[in-house]
Amino acid sequence: MSAYTISIVSIIGINVILAVSLNMISGFCGQISLGHGAFFGAGAYAAALAMFATANVPLAVVAGVIAGSLLGIIVGFASLRVRSDFLAVTTIGINFLFVGFVRKQSWLGGEMGISGIPPTGLGAAGNMVMILLMACATVALSLYVSRSWMGFAFRAVGEDEQAATTLGIGAGAYKLAAFGIGTALAGLAGALYTFFTQFITVDAFDFIFSVMLMAMVVIGGIGSTWGVVTAAVGLTLLPEAIRFVNDYRLLVFGGMLVLVIRLAPGGLAGLTRNLFDRVRQA
Amino acid sequence: MSAVLQLDDVAIRFGGVQAVGGVSCAVEAGDFVGLIGPNGAGKTTLIRIIAGLLRPDRGKVILGGIDVTGDPTSARVRCGLALTHQIVRPFREMTVLDNVVLAAGIGYTSEPLRALLHVSRRRESERAAAILASVGLAGTERKLAGALPLGQLKRLELARALAVSPKVVLLDEPLAGLNHTEASKQVETISEVHQRGITVVLVEHNLEEVMRICRRLIVLNNGIVIGDGEPREVMADPVVHDAYVGGGMVTHAEA
Ligand SMILES: Nc1ncnc2c1ncn2[C@@H]1O[C@H](COP(=O)(O)OP(=O)(O)O)[C@@H](O)[C@H]1O
Ligand SMILES: [Mg+2]
Repeated sequence: MSAYTISIVSIIGINVILAVSLNMISGFCGQISLGHGAFFGAGAYAAALAMFATANVPLAVVAGVIAGSLLGIIVGFASLRVRSDFLAVTTIGINFLFVGFVRKQSWLGGEMGISGIPPTGLGAAGNMVMILLMACATVALSLYVSRSWMGFAFRAVGEDEQAATTLGIGAGAYKLAAFGIGTALAGLAGALYTFFTQFITVDAFDFIFSVMLMAMVVIGGIGSTWGVVTAAVGLTLLPEAIRFVNDYRLLVFGGMLVLVIRLAPGGLAGLTRNLFDRVRQA
Repeated sequence: MSAVLQLDDVAIRFGGVQAVGGVSCAVEAGDFVGLIGPNGAGKTTLIRIIAGLLRPDRGKVILGGIDVTGDPTSARVRCGLALTHQIVRPFREMTVLDNVVLAAGIGYTSEPLRALLHVSRRRESERAAAILASVGLAGTERKLAGALPLGQLKRLELARALAVSPKVVLLDEPLAGLNHTEASKQVETISEVHQRGITVVLVEHNLEEVMRICRRLIVLNNGIVIGDGEPREVMADPVVHDAYVGGGMVTHAEA
């Protein structure tokens, strides 16, 4: 495998974890978060600091997961206080706050970021394998949660919070759970990203990136794990394959997002389901 | 004390409207109470306060001897309360069966961690199907709830309320929008529920049905209790009678 292939596959793995985890918050539980990049970043910075302090990979992973979910649970508490349309705005704010805060912190490298992060010792191919294993585990967890009673309750909370509470489902607890799980996985992705690049700047975790993750979720089909995985892989490869897409990334993804919402709100998953139904009926 | 539900000077105000103006009453276990009154009397508001969907400005809500005034709705439901919404609120994107299965799974969903650790829905599905059959919705299981007509959605509301295994059910106009046959079937179901020992509080406009099945009547007008007792005696009270004639009780539109 060429170094280029290894790096692309690694990024695909990381994006799959990010998109699938965002889908748990926004797709399963209906809590629109446009700040997923902040939790990703919190995990990356925490893992970087942990690598400098201990050079211990499992410890750095744990640090990333904890940092992501800690920030996530704080935002989750905010989600209990605000209506869901305000939540989108709140999470955008969190993302800008995160980037603005990190930029001014010399202990986090400020504008320059953190470079020379100690390697994992697994090599680029070893890192890639670790990332792919974690991505598979994330997909498996997502599929499991979706089938469990938790996924069932998430759907209820996402569709009608008040109706859910009248069936004994504590909407607040479930929203916190969704944020806790989703952002812990974003923190995990952050740690893996740190291992992968050994050099992080805060620009990698900005609002634009969060919007791209949301585009993956929406284009894949809100709530569908496999749809979102497909979109994450496709949308990561597209800019690599087509120069134009890379140059006009925001325009292309923004345009696709709008088109999907207008024409096929079920995303790729919805389109496949329709096709399937039509074939079966024919 | 055998009161399963007790209200102590409950009041709430919306802007200039005193929707509920200090209601006190106690409902005994196993009773069948009709809550009636003209449109805008505050019946739905009172039900929503009991369920915890609205927080009263003052007063207490006591369920099974425990003060739940500060508790969220989900906690009250876990204590044995269930309600049907006057304006139906099914999960439209779920199947009819799933709507009821979800309610029947209250033992799992009451705690996120327990919900995460359980997958099988077999027992709940069987129970849900039986409950759907008991309210006359057999055959609709696989339809999306959003595709049902209002008459069936009203029955789905009742099915979901029963699936949480309540001790007390608050039914907010469960007959409104049903045709005559559907309504008598629904009344029959509600009577059966009561015979199983579940306490029923029924908000209903159809006086004939109310007089026939309720053992006690509470009459609300302008957010205040103006009559409470044995149905025939209450209806004979001139104060109640005046509220009726003056209050547009005769006509009634959904919502
Ligand atoms: N959310 C609300 N905001 C403002 N006013 C309300 C609200 N809910 C109910 N009301 C008012 O409170 C009064 C009681 O309403 P309601 O409880 O729905 O009566 P009922 O169910 O007996 O017909 C009415 O005057 C109604 O307009
Ligand atoms: Mg009403």
